Amino acid sequence: MGLLFAVARFGDARADAGRSIITANVYALSLAVYCTSWTFYGSVGRATSGGLSFLTIYIGPTLMLLFAGVIVKMIRIAKTQRLTSIADFIAARYGKSQLLAGLVTVIAVIGVVPYIALQLKAVAASLDVLLGGQGTNFLPAMFDSTLVIAALLALFTILFGTRHLDATERHEGMVAAVAFESVVKLIAFVAVGLFVTYGMFGGFAELFQRTAATPGLERLLQLDSAKAGTWAALILLSGLAIIFLPRQFQIIVVENVDESHLRRAVWLFPLYLVLINIFVLPLALGGLLHFQGQPFNPDTFVLTLPLARGAETLALLVFIGGLSAATGMVIVETIALSTMICNDLVMPWLLRSRRFGVAEREDLSGLLLGIRRVAIVAILLLGYIYFRAAGEAYALVGIGLISFAAVAQFAPAMFGGMYWKQGTRAGAVAGLLGGFAVWLYTLLLPSFAKSGWIDKGFVEHGLFGIGALKAQALFGLAGLDEISHSLWWSLFVNIGLYVGVSLWSRPDAVEAGQAERFVDVFKHAGRGTDARLWRGTASAEELVGLLDRFLGRPRARQQLANYAAGRGLDDWRSLPVDAEFVRFAETQLSGAIGSASARVMVASVAKEEDLGLDEVLDILDEATQVRAYSRELEAKQHELEAATAELREANERLRELDRMKDDFISTVTHELRTPLTSIRALSEMLHEDPEIDIDDRTRFLGIIVNEAERLTRLINQILDMAKLESGRAEWTTSEVDVAAIVREAMDSLGQLFRDKNVALEGEIADSVPVVLADRDRLTQVMINLLSNAVKFVPGGSGRVKVRVVAGERAVRVEVIDNGPGLTPEECVVIFEKFRQGGNTMTDKPQGTGLGLPISRQIVEYFGGNLWVESSPGAGATFVFTVPLPAHE
Amino acid sequence: MAKKILIVDDEPNIVISLEFLMKKEGFEVAVAGDGEEALAKVATFGPDLMLLDVMMPKKSGFEVCEALRADPARAGLLIVMLTAKGRDTEVAKGIALGADAYVTKPFSTKELVAKVKEMLAA
Repeated sequence: MGLLFAVARFGDARADAGRSIITANVYALSLAVYCTSWTFYGSVGRATSGGLSFLTIYIGPTLMLLFAGVIVKMIRIAKTQRLTSIADFIAARYGKSQLLAGLVTVIAVIGVVPYIALQLKAVAASLDVLLGGQGTNFLPAMFDSTLVIAALLALFTILFGTRHLDATERHEGMVAAVAFESVVKLIAFVAVGLFVTYGMFGGFAELFQRTAATPGLERLLQLDSAKAGTWAALILLSGLAIIFLPRQFQIIVVENVDESHLRRAVWLFPLYLVLINIFVLPLALGGLLHFQGQPFNPDTFVLTLPLARGAETLALLVFIGGLSAATGMVIVETIALSTMICNDLVMPWLLRSRRFGVAEREDLSGLLLGIRRVAIVAILLLGYIYFRAAGEAYALVGIGLISFAAVAQFAPAMFGGMYWKQGTRAGAVAGLLGGFAVWLYTLLLPSFAKSGWIDKGFVEHGLFGIGALKAQALFGLAGLDEISHSLWWSLFVNIGLYVGVSLWSRPDAVEAGQAERFVDVFKHAGRGTDARLWRGTASAEELVGLLDRFLGRPRARQQLANYAAGRGLDDWRSLPVDAEFVRFAETQLSGAIGSASARVMVASVAKEEDLGLDEVLDILDEATQVRAYSRELEAKQHELEAATAELREANERLRELDRMKDDFISTVTHELRTPLTSIRALSEMLHEDPEIDIDDRTRFLGIIVNEAERLTRLINQILDMAKLESGRAEWTTSEVDVAAIVREAMDSLGQLFRDKNVALEGEIADSVPVVLADRDRLTQVMINLLSNAVKFVPGGSGRVKVRVVAGERAVRVEVIDNGPGLTPEECVVIFEKFRQGGNTMTDKPQGTGLGLPISRQIVEYFGGNLWVESSPGAGATFVFTVPLPAHE
Repeated sequence: MAKKILIVDDEPNIVISLEFLMKKEGFEVAVAGDGEEALAKVATFGPDLMLLDVMMPKKSGFEVCEALRADPARAGLLIVMLTAKGRDTEVAKGIALGADAYVTKPFSTKELVAKVKEMLAA
């Protein structure tokens, strides 16, 4: 013990001096804290009943170390986030959740208690063996030797592990001592192994031959394939335990000073395991052969065998080896657990509960140490209680596996957190609770039941007598041993809940940020941490004060100076108090008191201390304003959407207009090109061939003249139409006698009617009031209508009648023909541009297709209307009105 | 034997000029004034090549072209579309419907004759 202290003191001294004694070898050896008195005593015990199956507990870790990448990632994350325990790690990943930190701590404590009990039991049993041989009992009867051992271990741990508060929670002295212990227990175990194998028997060969020859023992040397499921479960279990047991996490991740050390550990640690396991089977076989026919406890073969041969010095060495295995485990485990209890359970509660005024206290290091010491004592006490409650019913290994199964519950939340960004706090909490509950029900409670402390009913008949709820055969899953059964069910529930709830829930901003930093830890390397998620105000004094209190003044100042230098400043006093600075402070604090507590501490100085009623109302008011503002925003958004819709509509209309214009131009082009085609073709032919006979020549020239006229007319009308439509037409408005205009138009077209032998008659009222209009334009309308009529009526039998009626409000003019008539559809389209009446029998109408649209434009300009009344076969009546002046 | 050309257009003056032009080049010529008549003439006259106007009453040139191309018996009939609408989309539509050539009005008589001869010789 004294030696251990010396090693620890030496390690700490070297660490303080800046020359770490933690080399790759020391790191690898310290990992052997995994080998506790379980290995020392229990493996032999298990080998006596299960043969080679004890090896699974060492195959798992060896395989796990092959996934060095996973462990390196874990170490990198822990370092960048300054995480000091597994509870811290999980809590930090899921948004620095205090709930999660507390939950993990509780699971770890409850889960590891059986393991502590195991150490107590082993030490107590070995002590009994050692002292029992002398037949004396130096302890007064009222003291239970196990309780005394627990008390001694607690004292030792307190002296050893909490001598001072380390800001980084890194204990180089402890690591050195643990590595030293690993050497001690290896030497002791190998020594007794050699003694039994070569001293009591004639070496490996003889041992195995004698075993094979002994009835009932030969099966120990054979692999039982029926146990494959159990083997797989145990390998998985121990593989998870090597990183998730609080002490393993402490040693592998927290105490790691250099990632490259892991490379050495990957082969050195398995080598250590091989060495310490070589003599397990020989010892077990030796014990069985030696004590054949006598009562014995296989867990203590390593002691009873040397004693049986009177090798008491060797027995003492073995006892020291076992003790050192147990103390190593208890020290690291309880230090890790007490840190978790202190940082993740007690401190957050104390800091929030203002009753104790903790947040205001000047020096907190004493308080922190006190909490940890109490926690250590409490953990050992719990271990003792468990030992009393359940310890007798189980062999050492059985107890240890219960703990393994408990910490295996951390796996989904840990691995998920490192590799799956969608994992959420809700998922982690649900998974942990579910898995833990199953573990509790299928493993921990049955272990009490076996000891008779609680009723066995739920194990044998199921809860409430329901067969499906039998604690060790859930839903009829029988045939597995209890550990495998519990492991599969608890992990099944755990993973299911974790994945299911994660997919169903959404992370908040802090959580999403942490997920990013964890999963992509290698990508973020070297980049500044993202502090955008923090908002608020803080004073530099308070933050620095906080660092002083938790880190100690010199260390705090040193870190501040480094940080300032990192930001390119000479003096930390000139640091701007921004989000990044607050984050730096929080990171530093989380190294000392855990991320969840650090968050609470920083929050306490980074915002108002006490919330008065006024402030609460202010906040509420603000919230109301925010809500009002968001409603306003919503309304604005609706307006915007409406405006967008209108714009879209307008755009659609414009596009429609554009297409119409395009169509119009295309049509105009067509109308212009058609006469041009005849003109060009005929004139080219006349030009090419002067020999064309005179008749054809005359005919062609006639066509050319006609088409040229048509072209001229068309161009004029198009220009006219364009003028009317754009409003640039010139109007000469005067008092006009409509009757006179009608007569003039009829006169001017008389020859056309006579040529086609069409009758034209007028029925014009005697007194037609004058209207205000453009005389020439009205004449144009009249001529259009009359020439249309003569065009469509058949020659000879055609008749056109013009009526002029003076109405009360307007003069009405009708042009009635007995032509083919129009369909209702045609009555509409003929007023569109270039839509000529299609019902032309054989002849194509000789028009421009613009007459009616132009006429309508003119009539409407004077406030009148132009339309047609017709049905097929019944002729057509074109009607237009011109309103009377408004006077009188 | 002289090749047969069917001229389809609703503008009588254009029909007159095309008819005269093609006859002078020694082709046997028939004419039609609208789409329906054109299809009837194709059946009775059996032309080698067709000068087909697009904008016509009753059946447009496009419809006539489509109908003819759907008839395997008329697979060898060459179709030259004539249009006064010179837009690219019209040209593309005509070609897509299976016209062999597309000529925009007003056309050069020399070029049209050269094209018709070239197509019939090939």
